[in-house]
Amino acid sequence: MPTPETQPFFDAAARGELRIQRCLDCGRPFFHPRPCCPFCASADLEWFTTSGRATLYSYTITHRPAPGFEAPYAIAVVQLAEGPRMMTNIVGVENTPGNLVLDMDLRVTFEQRGDVTIPQFTPVEVA
Amino acid sequence: MTDVVIAGAAETDEIGVLPHHSTLRLHVEGARNAVADAGLRMSDIDGIASVSSPGPVMVAHALGVAPRWIDGTGVGGTSFLLHVRHAVEAIRAGHASTVLITHGESGRSRVGAARGAFPASSPNAQFEAPYGVTGPPSMFTIPLLRYMKEFGLTAEQLASVAVVQREWASRNPRARYRDPITVEDVLASKMISYPLHLLECCLVTDGGGALVVTSAERARDLPRPPVHILGTGETFESPLISQMADFTTSAAFRRSSADAFAEAGITHSDVDHVMIYDAFAHVPVYGLEDMGFVGRGEAGAFIAEGRTAPGGELPLNTNGGGLSYTHTGMYGMFLVQESVRQLRGQAAAQVPGAEVSVALGNGGMFMAAGTLVLSNHT
Ligand SMILES: [Zn+2]
Repeated sequence: MPTPETQPFFDAAARGELRIQRCLDCGRPFFHPRPCCPFCASADLEWFTTSGRATLYSYTITHRPAPGFEAPYAIAVVQLAEGPRMMTNIVGVENTPGNLVLDMDLRVTFEQRGDVTIPQFTPVEVA
Repeated sequence: MTDVVIAGAAETDEIGVLPHHSTLRLHVEGARNAVADAGLRMSDIDGIASVSSPGPVMVAHALGVAPRWIDGTGVGGTSFLLHVRHAVEAIRAGHASTVLITHGESGRSRVGAARGAFPASSPNAQFEAPYGVTGPPSMFTIPLLRYMKEFGLTAEQLASVAVVQREWASRNPRARYRDPITVEDVLASKMISYPLHLLECCLVTDGGGALVVTSAERARDLPRPPVHILGTGETFESPLISQMADFTTSAAFRRSSADAFAEAGITHSDVDHVMIYDAFAHVPVYGLEDMGFVGRGEAGAFIAEGRTAPGGELPLNTNGGGLSYTHTGMYGMFLVQESVRQLRGQAAAQVPGAEVSVALGNGGMFMAAGTLVLSNHT
């Protein structure tokens, strides 16, 4: 359920854009959306659209599915080209250890889930 | 500075599968056992600490305790180590003289237990839950592949964590799983959350325990040998596992342990016995490195070589740990219980001559940490 601080993220996702925040005092981008900079506590922030490029930082392949999921599937953390990391799923490729190689190049894609649209990532080579 | 000690420590009569025990009963039973162990009466208790739920007020009310000091710090499974730290300062400040710290959890039977879902507007619910996480097995495990890639930790080394802890458990009649296992057994067990297999994941049990913390002066007349609290540390890193700074090391483990070692004025060579929260097999690997017992990337080989096993130079998780002894969901209380038993010379798998024990607790999924340096002398 989005809050006033996170609504711009989901609004952008619905348009097919991965937007995150950047601190105007120290210049550093960060994720997840929040009311002040986690590096310098400044509240002087701006939203910007990322390149949508990322690399696979780490993951686990769960064999016990959450409701609505079909196991096994990977729960991944990716590193955006802009630096911050976020949790996601890897789509467009069977989620096996052989297919999911750490540091592989990914690009963002979006999936609507009920009322919200969430970013997911797919291998660049598959796309 | 007032010297503060653990004067009483006890678990519930039984741990394991206790469907007829409410969560409150587990707290109360552990509390009564610990106060009796200290040679005290409940009316001697004037401070209370516990995690919700049922929380310190409910527990104190049930026990008839009228506290002058209350702590409900809740940072997951390491909360009790923080309660010990806070109790030390409360006693030094004169806010309480004798503090009772309780834990009880119906982790397996879920009797009267609250379901631990994140509030819908939390960052966890918005930015992690949509990706199909199912609690600790699918979150706590995510950093591990990064560690394996960076440091070459092998599946066999990781499996050896479970094997060695089972060796300790086989010496402990209260441990839930005691039959010896091999690396092959571990790797052949069901995959739960790649790369972790069933035998690399903790138990889910019911149980509880409590501690009585008081001044060394007050403990002088009490029956048990006091366990001195030489140093403590507490911190957190991130409530979201995806936002840990570096997936190969816990900043929280490092900070809380550095503080505890510094306050105690000890070095690693002074330590005879170690307890590290082992919700999953990789957590002791991180813990050994983040506390500084071994260098970065060395813990897997250190454990696989048997150096934390019975007869090894650094006895680790001597009760069998969360992997083989018990794990109620907030396992930290059981770390301290085993450290106290070792320092009193009454552990099932006793480390000969243990004088200094260190316990490292984890809260959440690498969210928070607490460290205690304990000794049977000042
Ligand atoms: Zn800033």
